Amino acid sequence: MAAPLMPLQRFCKLASLHLCVRRRLWSSSGATPPSLYKRLLLALTQRFYDVEILLNWRTQLKSKALHKKNAYYHFTQEHYGDNIASAYFVLNMQGAFRYAGQSEWFRSDSSGTFSWDFVNQKDSVLEEVDLSHTVINQIGLGNLVGNPLHTLLLRGCHEVDDWALARLHVFQDTLEELDISCCPHITIGGLAALRNLKGLRRLNVSSLPRLCSPGLVIILLEEMLPLCQVTATGYDLSLTQLGGNVDEEDHGEVKLSLGQG
Amino acid sequence: MSTLLKMRVTVRTVYGLLNSFRVIRSHECTCAHGCNASRSFTTGRILHNKFYKDLENQFNAVRDKVVDALPGSQWSPFEINPNLPPERADIVIIGGGVIGWSIAYWLKKKERVRDGVKVIVVEKDPTYSQASTVLSAGGIRQQFSLTENIQLSLASADFLRNVNDHLGVLNQEAVDLQFNHSGYLFLAKESVAHIMEENYSTQRLAGAKVALLSPMQLKEKFPWINTEGVALASYGLENEGWFDPWTLLNAFRKKAISMGVIQSIGEVTGWLKAKRISLRFSSDEHFSNVDIRMPNSLEYQPVECAIVVNAAGAFSAKLVDMMGIGTGAKDTLSGLSLPVEPRKRFIYVVNCPDGPGLDCPFLVDYSGIYFRREGLGGNYIAGTSPEEDMEPDVRNLDVDHEFFNEKVWPSLAHRVPAFECLKVTSAWAGYYDYNTFDQNAVLGIHPLAQNMYFATGFSGHGLQHSPAAGRAVAELILDGRYQTLDLTGLGFQRIMSKEPMLEKNIV
Repeated sequence: MAAPLMPLQRFCKLASLHLCVRRRLWSSSGATPPSLYKRLLLALTQRFYDVEILLNWRTQLKSKALHKKNAYYHFTQEHYGDNIASAYFVLNMQGAFRYAGQSEWFRSDSSGTFSWDFVNQKDSVLEEVDLSHTVINQIGLGNLVGNPLHTLLLRGCHEVDDWALARLHVFQDTLEELDISCCPHITIGGLAALRNLKGLRRLNVSSLPRLCSPGLVIILLEEMLPLCQVTATGYDLSLTQLGGNVDEEDHGEVKLSLGQG
Repeated sequence: MSTLLKMRVTVRTVYGLLNSFRVIRSHECTCAHGCNASRSFTTGRILHNKFYKDLENQFNAVRDKVVDALPGSQWSPFEINPNLPPERADIVIIGGGVIGWSIAYWLKKKERVRDGVKVIVVEKDPTYSQASTVLSAGGIRQQFSLTENIQLSLASADFLRNVNDHLGVLNQEAVDLQFNHSGYLFLAKESVAHIMEENYSTQRLAGAKVALLSPMQLKEKFPWINTEGVALASYGLENEGWFDPWTLLNAFRKKAISMGVIQSIGEVTGWLKAKRISLRFSSDEHFSNVDIRMPNSLEYQPVECAIVVNAAGAFSAKLVDMMGIGTGAKDTLSGLSLPVEPRKRFIYVVNCPDGPGLDCPFLVDYSGIYFRREGLGGNYIAGTSPEEDMEPDVRNLDVDHEFFNEKVWPSLAHRVPAFECLKVTSAWAGYYDYNTFDQNAVLGIHPLAQNMYFATGFSGHGLQHSPAAGRAVAELILDGRYQTLDLTGLGFQRIMSKEPMLEKNIV
């Protein structure tokens, strides 16, 4: 009876040891330690293939669900037209939009329900779209193509990455305002793709956690988009962030780190 | 307690002279319960313990050896190098560059059951100091003229977009390719503008997002370009840019190893051929063994395998020569060799604080020069291909600095006037696996070597085509034919029938 339990018992002992040791290691290295749950999963996956496979399935299911949510609304587009499909997509994403020439915003409430009035306006096109804090990604943006968007708000979208920014060239003639603040996956490589949006007037790039040397990036962005007003808050732009006090000795080093940026 | 201590001292003074451990031992026993903290100043006991401990260790060692030598164990009187590759494998991939690891990854991805195929990747230089992968400029573009190449690029860009779905290892940090979505900008002069237009329509048809720009639009979009002599420009809007080759290579490697691919550091030095009677050809070769020599030693391991994949890049022709293929008379099948040779290309890093800014694309001029931004600190990398009769020596990777002053800088400064005052800060050279026949990849089986697959001759596009090309070769091996992209045109057939698939370049 005890024999089949032996490996499990041994594992528990090892795991507890492992978790404790890990905690000590992480605390010394200054990086934020993963949660206890994550560490337990790590320990489990290192010993059991089954757990690894289950976790892999979970990630696969997650990405599949994401893909489904961002899929192309082909059926709606065929039956109702481009703009209705776009509007339906935005509301399904729990976002909000405004038709061109109207002041009324259509939005879905927190439970995801919305009124179907928007279906009656077949000839209107979307002008302003607010998809903040939704799961839209690069593929989902394809549902908005064809609308002369003036404003696109993508604040705090976890799935908006550099590839999605590169996709924004489809609105290059009309887009005037873009908000990509608080998107955790955006880096400088994606911001370079905004060069296509020459008509941009307002750009919000606040609090992008993966942006290195934000001070320099903001200057370069302003240089690249001379007509655009770049908003960037939430960064520590003091010189001390580049590594200690900037005295005469450190000056060369600071320059170097800027250069490699 | 104090009496005990006193007793001990007296006992020691009496018997200490005799120096007999038995007495001391008995004395220790008597007072062990009372004076644990006391220290013994004799050496006898320690010596005695050491002797017995040594003896015990000797016995243990002998016992271990005997157990090892019993039948069924791994022990042998000769020392075995633990880094030797296994004796048998299903597929041996020669070349641990990005193509080789990509093929390994896709083979493992496509296998139906766990450990369905045993794959070994052989790489001679684990530091990758001469590997074309890591010495490339790292660009990816869709602006080709051949549909095959455009499709390869599109599929690869799709792979890179979802790189973490493909190459993310559980509990490891996410792969960050540092992709710069800056696009390629090709400039054409009057005489080749019609080719660019043709290419543009091919690219749009294949699904690439490319735009044509007139010189006026070009000037508007990139005011720092001198549009003199430019008749037409084509500009990639999406899926184009550059990334870090080393990260991609490492991601492929880590993922493949996590899926069970065996990495072997060594060099392929020999083959064992098994001649087969074939109805089709008189001499149909079949390789059954690959000899892998360990680095810095003469020791080698013959690996018995079913399939060999030649992904050795610039050095793939050397391997083929070693096999003795293509040595026959010219214009016959046995004289059909692999038309791939190493070519050396220089890449110069220049610093120019007044150069183009964040909007600098990967610019390719009709004169042949190219440059792109590198980082944010006003650094750029530039280069060009030398003329056919001016090819540099490929025996080493030394950089010819005069080449920059003579060939690169004048064109560079002509195209972008700001580059007139630049400073070369660094330079490196890397190999191209140059296909002398038509500068395109060679994928598939050699007609005379029935179990050798080729994935080489990419002529500078290897890195950007690696994800899709790896998938294609894996399909060819495991399914017997192409499943997703039809790349039959890139096979050996075209070399046999002498029909080159040339890119219609504007350069």
